[in-house]
Amino acid sequence: MPGMTVTKARMLAPELEVIDALPDADMDGLRRLALWAGQRYSPIVAPDAPDGLWIDITGCASLFGSETALLKDLHRRIAAFGVAVHIAVADTAGCAHAVARHVRDGRPVVIEPGQHRRAMELLPIPALRLEAEIVEGLRKLGFERVEQLLGAPRAPLAKRFGRSLHRRLDQAIGQVAEPIEPIFPEQMPRARRGFMEPIASPEAFAQVIGDLVADIVEQLVRAGRGGRRLDCYFHRVDGHCQVIRIGTATPSRDAGHLAKLLCAKIETVEPGLGIEAMTLLVSLMEAAAPRQGESLEQLGRRGPDLAALVDTLANRFGSRNLHRMAPCPSGMPERSATGAPALGEARGMGWDDDLPRPARMLAKPEPIEVIALLPDDAPRMFIWRGKRYRVTQGDGPERLHGEWWRDGGIEGRQPLSVRDYYQVETVSGGRYWLFRAGDGESAATGPMRWFIHGAFA
Amino acid sequence: MREATVLDQLRAHIAQIEGKGVCHATTPFGIEAIDARLPGGGIAGGALHEVAGSPDLADDASATVFLAGILARMEGPVLWCLRWRDLFAPALHLAGLHPDRVIYVEAGSDTNVLLAMEECLRHAGIGGVVGEIGKYSTTASKRLQLAAEASGVPAFIFRRASKVAQAAEGTAAITRWRVTASPSEDLGIPSLGRPRWQLALERVRGGNPHAWIVEGCDATGRIGLPAALVDRPAAAGDSQIAA
Repeated sequence: MPGMTVTKARMLAPELEVIDALPDADMDGLRRLALWAGQRYSPIVAPDAPDGLWIDITGCASLFGSETALLKDLHRRIAAFGVAVHIAVADTAGCAHAVARHVRDGRPVVIEPGQHRRAMELLPIPALRLEAEIVEGLRKLGFERVEQLLGAPRAPLAKRFGRSLHRRLDQAIGQVAEPIEPIFPEQMPRARRGFMEPIASPEAFAQVIGDLVADIVEQLVRAGRGGRRLDCYFHRVDGHCQVIRIGTATPSRDAGHLAKLLCAKIETVEPGLGIEAMTLLVSLMEAAAPRQGESLEQLGRRGPDLAALVDTLANRFGSRNLHRMAPCPSGMPERSATGAPALGEARGMGWDDDLPRPARMLAKPEPIEVIALLPDDAPRMFIWRGKRYRVTQGDGPERLHGEWWRDGGIEGRQPLSVRDYYQVETVSGGRYWLFRAGDGESAATGPMRWFIHGAFA
Repeated sequence: MREATVLDQLRAHIAQIEGKGVCHATTPFGIEAIDARLPGGGIAGGALHEVAGSPDLADDASATVFLAGILARMEGPVLWCLRWRDLFAPALHLAGLHPDRVIYVEAGSDTNVLLAMEECLRHAGIGGVVGEIGKYSTTASKRLQLAAEASGVPAFIFRRASKVAQAAEGTAAITRWRVTASPSEDLGIPSLGRPRWQLALERVRGGNPHAWIVEGCDATGRIGLPAALVDRPAAAGDSQIAA
């Protein structure tokens, strides 16, 4: 109960335990949480005292697959810290704030785009972030829900309660912009440029990025570190903030390289009426010892700068689409090759030289019709995608047993499954990889159906 | 001035105009009959090459291994730009191209593959760049050729599922190959011999088209001529001695 004295509370509940409030420590914790969320979810994060956190997730959902997945992840992780958490997503900060505090669902609440006005109408007046006296005054006048406030004439209310009432209301329904001012980690290298006149052209951005990167690189060199992730914030005239983020595969302090990666993303920035300031922040860095010849790059021959190339490609096509292949210990051919980081240590491992494997593999084996002698002759003829192939020579079978220890997939349902693989050569010389699901004798090993799985050289 | 000197000077002049002034290393096949028909006696570095299979999956697979064999004999990392993942890496390893050397870029579309290739080609010191695409324009091929010339990296365009009858548009590629599967030797036992390909050099700058029947890549990426062809001159020699 707010306003009650400790003595009175003790009298009502003798076993009461009293803990002093520590607003400063709370704020500290909130800032730490904000910085953590800034690393993980979105570069634009701000603490909202005393107990909230703003996260601008515009455009960040795709990193998690979907908005729902992002929210689930956020909810799960914060709950794992031992903190009670309420999450709401909406078009406006005011609406998200209100819904998070006044709709107790236990799950993240998502207000669909364009629905924030309808959502606000249903909420009580205290959801508007007003001072206590105003809320009390409105209650005395009979206002209980935001809906009533939206319908009431503005001038008399403004005269009585001041401008803050309608400012909060307009912020919540999106009539007035309410930008989130992101917080920056203290110790990370940061550079900022403010402009006399707002700028809006890509060339101007590129120029400023060049200057900012030069500043940052100087700080990195002094610290003996290299940047792994850089965020460039564009502060718009109307107070909104946009950000471009790049990542590098290895710690880098190559000004040309970093500037090039940032400039490749300039087109995603919407300058609106103009950008009045830009901030470049290294949000992730790692130790990088100075290299010999860092200043002598123009002299002598250098090896291929793979890291720079990999960064450029990864920032353009997504690091998920850039990989090497490495052997994976599995009996099933489709699982025997797995993606590995593009810039890892050389593993030196390859696949078994003796096993014939096709150069082109179908993503999913396709059923074919076959004429073959049971139990173990290679097919004489097969029909695939409506075309008839006559087989002249064949080799096989190579018998592969399903991985019975796996829970899912075919093996889960049929632990004894067997595939007999044959290489066959057709009249034209084309070589294909066919298999029969089943050993040709026992029905427990598979349905005796034939499939094509790929083509050889 | 002697006629030969004038001709030499003219040739040098033309080469300079064509941008062949910088000579990049070539990778020979090690088969005289093929190397003799290629400018520089092999697959030229710093140039664009085109390889095609056919709509038949087995021919595309042959072309893949043919490419892997060429790249296996080059130095340095290889960038393989795909539209999506249907390449099976163990087969490249069987042709001598070690998995540690290959970085795959799944670009998603023809346009993106070309963009990725051009980016790769700007980095000197890379072993080779492969791009798998369906179609591309003459302009795009010129851009790739220029980028390859500047960095000295060999570029390979792999035209997927390209129809044999389809008249290929003019491209800036130095060589254009088509690899199709060909019946292999009957061993007389239920087993398969070394695969054979019909290797057609459809276009070559400063040379004439030609076709060979070759045997597929061995574990070091070398193709070979079938024994019957290789042995023919020797057999003729034998018969002379007998006569």
